[in-house]
Amino acid sequence: MKLPTGLRATLYVWMGLGLAVMYTPLLLVVLNSFNSSRTFGFPPTALTLEWWQKAANSSGALSALGTSVVAGLCAMAIALVLGTMAAFAVQRYRFFGRSTISFLVVLPITLPGIVTGIALNATFVQILGPFGVALGLATVIIGHATFCIVIVYNNVQARLRRMGTSLEEASADLGANGWQTFWRVTFPGVRGALVAGAVLAFALSFDEIVVTTFTAGPAIQTLPLWIFSNLFRPNQAPVVNVVAAVLAVVAVIPVWLAQRFSGDSTTSRV
Amino acid sequence: MTEFRNNRPTVTSESAPSGVDQAPRFGVADAAERPIDIAPQISLRGLRKTFGTVTAVDGIDLDVHDGEFFAMLGPSGSGKTTVLRMIAGFETPTSGSVFLDGTDATGLPSYRRDVNTVFQDYALFPHMTVAKNIEYGLLVDKVPKSKRVQRVGDVLEMVRLHGFGDRRPTQLSGGQRQRVALARALVKRPKVLLLDEPLGALDLKLREQMQLELKAIQRDVGITFVFVTHDQDEALTLCDRLAVFNNGRIEQLGAAQDVYEFPATAFVAGFVGSSNFIRPHVAREVFGMSGSFAVRPEKVAILPRGGPVSAGAAHIDGVVRDVVYAGAVTRIVVDGPAGLTLSSMVLNTASELDASIRRGTEVTLSWPAAALRRISD
Repeated sequence: MKLPTGLRATLYVWMGLGLAVMYTPLLLVVLNSFNSSRTFGFPPTALTLEWWQKAANSSGALSALGTSVVAGLCAMAIALVLGTMAAFAVQRYRFFGRSTISFLVVLPITLPGIVTGIALNATFVQILGPFGVALGLATVIIGHATFCIVIVYNNVQARLRRMGTSLEEASADLGANGWQTFWRVTFPGVRGALVAGAVLAFALSFDEIVVTTFTAGPAIQTLPLWIFSNLFRPNQAPVVNVVAAVLAVVAVIPVWLAQRFSGDSTTSRV
Repeated sequence: MTEFRNNRPTVTSESAPSGVDQAPRFGVADAAERPIDIAPQISLRGLRKTFGTVTAVDGIDLDVHDGEFFAMLGPSGSGKTTVLRMIAGFETPTSGSVFLDGTDATGLPSYRRDVNTVFQDYALFPHMTVAKNIEYGLLVDKVPKSKRVQRVGDVLEMVRLHGFGDRRPTQLSGGQRQRVALARALVKRPKVLLLDEPLGALDLKLREQMQLELKAIQRDVGITFVFVTHDQDEALTLCDRLAVFNNGRIEQLGAAQDVYEFPATAFVAGFVGSSNFIRPHVAREVFGMSGSFAVRPEKVAILPRGGPVSAGAAHIDGVVRDVVYAGAVTRIVVDGPAGLTLSSMVLNTASELDASIRRGTEVTLSWPAAALRRISD
């Protein structure tokens, strides 16, 4: 569609403003990570790599990073298995309560994290506590999995719907049993959606803080928890900036991957 | 009205129903020629399928024999595709049975049935090359590699796609994809090939060409072809026998020519080709016969009023209402007696009469007595 020149220019300006609002703060974080002033005076009077060096040697930050990666990968794995199975059940079979199940699977993504957090905390502590369940990394992973499943489920379900059933019928028609059909035809068809779902699920888990606060044991510190608790310590603030800058840059990768593999934007939240 | 009584056609009430009696006779003769001990390739008994409250297939009994080119013809929603899908094993019948080569296959999953399908949308695997698509059925059957390569090469040759093996389905035209779908099914050497509107997505020229190719391939491989179509021209062109579907039932079953020449019901007469219908009250008033009748437009000759009518031919007088030129043929619509409207189809070979026929011309319509078919409603 051809737009009038004046309107076109106006739209460009608005788009520029919108992007500026979103990305200037991020640039500021990156800039501050090189700012030699501990109080982040703006504009920076001098630049330094000191904070980057400190961050690289910060055992707290590194172990929190490790915890976050483990939690993210585990939540992602659970989400991949359960989300894919749920998507198949809902898209490929007709059974009693099908639409209810679809609704219940998707619900956690809109449920406020604080509600999920309180509910899980109560369950872990009050009900499962007496059976020897203590808050720790496992409870964080379960908490994250509740909303990571939705991402995988939505991606795979959308892909299955778009694929239709005729490819699977053709495969069966040519003599392939259910298992062969899944691995040779269905799986290659949903592979992109699985990659996209997995990457987004990991990203969601990685930056989660609300549910994590309620489900993490005292010894567990994910990266967001570490940042939160160190942000207001004058000594650590510059290091936090470095970590934030690294995360901002690293976050580009999953989004790029997800867009490349999914081909259609399938989730609203990420 | 009385003046038309004088022109009452010479059709007698005993010769008129001959068509109705003849049609089943053809069918019986056809079946009797076959050895009794050979089971039909496909046998459907009391087949029914309901989806919720909708009855898609409402009691089908059908035998398709070895090597037959069989068409299931009907409008959309008539149940023909659902029947095909039950033969393939994609749908489970609500009741009734599917026998394949004499054995009950009703409960067999599709991968255990010795039939293969050419899908309407082709359903080619998008992540595989043409060769891999065709090889797929052999691969899951664990055919050795060297044989697979050999057979894929052969079948590509047969559908004239030699050298296209490394392409992706998206790099092919509609007609080429259609051939890949055909090759993928045929490479399995099934006893029965099912085709679901196989030419529906192709344009007219390509469709006509593919019809000829399909016919040639069926002759070469000699297996049973069952194909579903809503295109009566295609059905008549391709098949040996056909079943006309309507509302989940078979309205008529028979050789293509018999179904066309001896339509049993008004639906068949109207759906397979076009027909002039003569309703019971008109039949009584104009022809003095009871029942409904149909006559094909191409059987109706148009003559100058009072011109010589050949012996034994029926004729009535009328006035031309419309002349519709359609390339190869001209359709002439004539108002006859008692509100009867008849169409005559005239092949556009140069003729003196053509120019003289226009709106309002008084003419005589004539057709062989046997061309008037009694139909049930």
